[in-house]
Amino acid sequence: MAGHGHHEESFVSKYIFSQDHKMISKQFLVTAIAMGVVAVLLSVLFRIQLGWPSEPNSFVHFFLGDRWAPGGIMSGGAYLALVTIHGTIMVFFVLTGGLSGTFSNLLIPLQIGARDMASGFLNMLSYWFFFVSSVIMLTSLFVETGAASAGWTIYPPLSALPQAIAGSGLGMTLWLVSMVLFVASSLLGGLNYVVTIINLRTKGLTMTRLPLTIWAFLITAVLGVLSFPVLVSAVVLLIMDRSFGTAFYLSDIYIGGEALDVTGGSPILFQHLFWFLGHPEVYIVLLPALGISSQVISTNSRKPIFGYRAMIGSIMAIGFLSFIVWGHHMYVTGMNPFLGAVFVFTTLLIAIPSAVKAFNYITTLWQGNIRMTPAMLFSIGLVSTFVTGGVTGIILADSALDVQVHDTYFVVGHFHIVMGMSAIFGMFAGVYHWFPKMFGRMMNTKMGYAHFWVTMVCGMGVFFPMHFIGLNGSPRRYYAYSEFEYLNATVDLNVLISVFAIIGGIAQIIFLFNFFYSVFRGQKASQNPWQSNTLEWTTPVEHVHGNWPGALPVVHRWPYDYSNPAYEEDFVPQTVPLKPGEEEH
Amino acid sequence: MMKLLIILVVILGIVALAQLAKVYEHTRELRKTREEDISYADNRMNAFLWILWMIVFFGSSLYLMVKYAHTLPESASEHGVALDLLMDVNLWLVTIVFFVVNGLLFWFAAKYYYRKDRRAKFFPHDNRLELIWTIVPSVVLAFIIIYGLKTWNTMTGDASEAAIKVEVTSEQFKWFVRYPGQDNVLGAVNVNMIDPGTQNLLGIITEESIPARIETVDASIAKEKEKIDSAAKLALLPASAVEAIEDKIFRLERLKQRILDIKNYEVKGVSAWSAGADDIIASPAELHLPVGVEVELNFRSKDVIHSAYLPHFRAQMNTVPGVPTRFKMIPTITTAEMREKLDDPDFDYLLLCNKICGVSHYNMKIPVIVETMAEYEAWLATQPTFVASEEPAAEENATEEVATEEVAAENVSAELITNED
Ligand code: HEM
Ligand SMILES: [Cu+2]
Ligand SMILES: [Cu+2]
Repeated sequence: MAGHGHHEESFVSKYIFSQDHKMISKQFLVTAIAMGVVAVLLSVLFRIQLGWPSEPNSFVHFFLGDRWAPGGIMSGGAYLALVTIHGTIMVFFVLTGGLSGTFSNLLIPLQIGARDMASGFLNMLSYWFFFVSSVIMLTSLFVETGAASAGWTIYPPLSALPQAIAGSGLGMTLWLVSMVLFVASSLLGGLNYVVTIINLRTKGLTMTRLPLTIWAFLITAVLGVLSFPVLVSAVVLLIMDRSFGTAFYLSDIYIGGEALDVTGGSPILFQHLFWFLGHPEVYIVLLPALGISSQVISTNSRKPIFGYRAMIGSIMAIGFLSFIVWGHHMYVTGMNPFLGAVFVFTTLLIAIPSAVKAFNYITTLWQGNIRMTPAMLFSIGLVSTFVTGGVTGIILADSALDVQVHDTYFVVGHFHIVMGMSAIFGMFAGVYHWFPKMFGRMMNTKMGYAHFWVTMVCGMGVFFPMHFIGLNGSPRRYYAYSEFEYLNATVDLNVLISVFAIIGGIAQIIFLFNFFYSVFRGQKASQNPWQSNTLEWTTPVEHVHGNWPGALPVVHRWPYDYSNPAYEEDFVPQTVPLKPGEEEH
Repeated sequence: MMKLLIILVVILGIVALAQLAKVYEHTRELRKTREEDISYADNRMNAFLWILWMIVFFGSSLYLMVKYAHTLPESASEHGVALDLLMDVNLWLVTIVFFVVNGLLFWFAAKYYYRKDRRAKFFPHDNRLELIWTIVPSVVLAFIIIYGLKTWNTMTGDASEAAIKVEVTSEQFKWFVRYPGQDNVLGAVNVNMIDPGTQNLLGIITEESIPARIETVDASIAKEKEKIDSAAKLALLPASAVEAIEDKIFRLERLKQRILDIKNYEVKGVSAWSAGADDIIASPAELHLPVGVEVELNFRSKDVIHSAYLPHFRAQMNTVPGVPTRFKMIPTITTAEMREKLDDPDFDYLLLCNKICGVSHYNMKIPVIVETMAEYEAWLATQPTFVASEEPAAEENATEEVATEEVAAENVSAELITNED
């Protein structure tokens, strides 16, 4: 909160080492967009390989060069490296750092009526750890032996032994270092978010008057703070195994013509530790997106979000359950079948709060008065993909069925529809919706429409057919699907997917253009363009340190009084006192 | 050329977008409209697009479902039939949910688009409704859980004692298949015993293979020592190279110690070290299975995690270094029958790798051949038994001998197994 009131700021303290949450939020967003561009480019490259396996391609050659694509044909090692870094960037850098970093930072102080985060300094550190970690991850693409190639889940022994795959040399070391910094960033951010939400709410803003965005950010931060340290432990033990001769994850290994001097470790231990983070992680990715869509859907339907308390309950239930389901990633590791059964039970329980959320969204639309802003389109799209990806999760949660589809393209289809579409849609929705708050200008609506519809069609065109490739028994992380006869049944789908992926990838230029163009040339924003109830729209368009020029706003009601029959206007900001005799919801 | 073209297209595209945006900006100023005011036409257009999307999306989903949901042939294992049924029931359920819920969503999105003269219904909650959509999913899920776990339990129970044991071992990027021989007991193995020099690729332990292994290790140690000795005489090697050799010797000594530390144990009253002598290692590596008989597949891995995936049998199990795993199943359709059913004389069942394991992960497979008991036994009889030996020539002789013995013993072998139990 330092600095409220002083005006002369140097360029460095304003734009680079800023401690202002609004600036930090923009830094996160721009970094995440840059990382996202890289990750999409990587996916287009390996999709070209999968659609037209081992055909020389000059586009591929242009990016990978002779080393990784001799003769314009991507090498097997390059393929695995690209897939690994693509997944890592998307999950961690775009959807964890990027999504939470941008919107938790922007919205927490603004929506709870605080002048800034509890600690501006830690917040700044959080961004810079994130930045350095991003740079290291990108650098790893350029090392001589190649980037990490063991998949974003980096299961040892593959990730532990450079003898097993070249990417497990320096590339993996950089991956691990980057990830430790990333976790540091995430913890600094997360602790700050939790403390700020608990302590700095303005007068009148009780927990049951919080916007659902804030609830989602809160639970997300708690999940992160509880689960990321476990990832660090897993990573540190892996570093020990790699560099200091321990054998936490290694036992009975014969590789490179030599029996290694390791006994007693277990590769399965790593998987338990990894997925103890890994499953909460998918909700760390998803919950903020759901929070954003709750806000956007309610505002643009001109209706209260349906079942506000049930929504909070669902978020909490999902958050809690997400800690006791990690084993569903390990049904075929040889785990005790009874333990597997327990995980089936807990995993399918999550479907209940998720279903509640989906139905509540739909009911919110029912009899609404829906403004088709780009943010709204993305939010409706999010609900659709959340449902579509959710139902295939029910198949995967069933251990017996997972035996057939585990590690096949069915899984790839499933998680892309929930993460690659739902969560990304939430992020887009957030950008379109809060762009006026971030940059004081509006994004172009028409381009937003084009962006949404092309992305929706291409996204589904890419990820929906993957389920069928998986049902046909196509393993994931395969460099080519040409070595097995039975896979010919789905070659045409692989080509179709690649075509959609290329179009969808190129279409993101519309967004990039719209974004950067509008930052500088967009229409100047008005103070409350969406006629929304929440506190961020009571701040001036021009950013000021401390957010509100005068006293902090005082809250009198919940944030969802849209079309309240007691009022003429179809929205009632949270700062409006209750009328005499009016009952609160 | 292609590069240039791509760059050109991208640049042109951006320039075109910029021009469009400018024109747009001007008209917006002329008309005095604001970005956030969504016009009636835009609202209606998007409402229309939701319906259009629903039709396209549902239509193409249906098309994919009909055309691609069952591209794999019917299951060739007993549990696979149950699994397929479970899969179909679940897919039906979730497909219905998919259509109904998405349908409602798209429909509402389209129907309630913004009009100035309308006002949204203020409807913040309704306990009855919320109770319904908590309870209905719970009931459906209870069914899914119970049905799923029933199938899971039958799939994962222990194999019967009479089951044929087969061991499948993975290594970057190949598979080994080992049969237990007459005693139906797989001989003990140890990673330190793996010795390409004596053809002991799986590290099988027998009374003979241990001394053979020690001999190779001793020979390596001697060779390294000699290097140092000769180097010392001539002062040829730099100190660092000598250190490297000394390090290697140290590691070899440790290896030898680990081999000497291996302890024998008993399986079903048989010494584990004696059980390996009659083991059969399929060559070329193929997984032969008799039809209609339960098999217990035992999995090991030599280097990293792999996964033995048998899509035609709806079977999969990871192979984990240091952690043995297993999977039991009963093949029900012979390869010959399946070839006939599919009208494809070249068809083969496959066992392939389904866990990322290195650059050739995408091409790590062996054929699986399901045949009648008689064919299976005839095939087994042609396979060599394991003998650790330094001279490949002697090995050949030995295997031939054992192989003939085995044919003779074949008839009694079944009895032997049951007697042991
Ligand atoms: C242009 C859009 C995208 C395309 C065409 C695409 C395609 C793919 C493909 C083909 C794979 C490899 C699957 C395999 O062999 O295992 C993959 C992996 C992955 N993708 Fe994407 N993807 C896209 C966007 C995204 C997004 C937005 C996310 C965000 C969550 C994401 C997350 C992942 C993850 C986590 C993996 C797993 C990486 C691994 O196997 O280690 N992808 N993607
Ligand atoms: Cu999970
Ligand atoms: Cu593999």
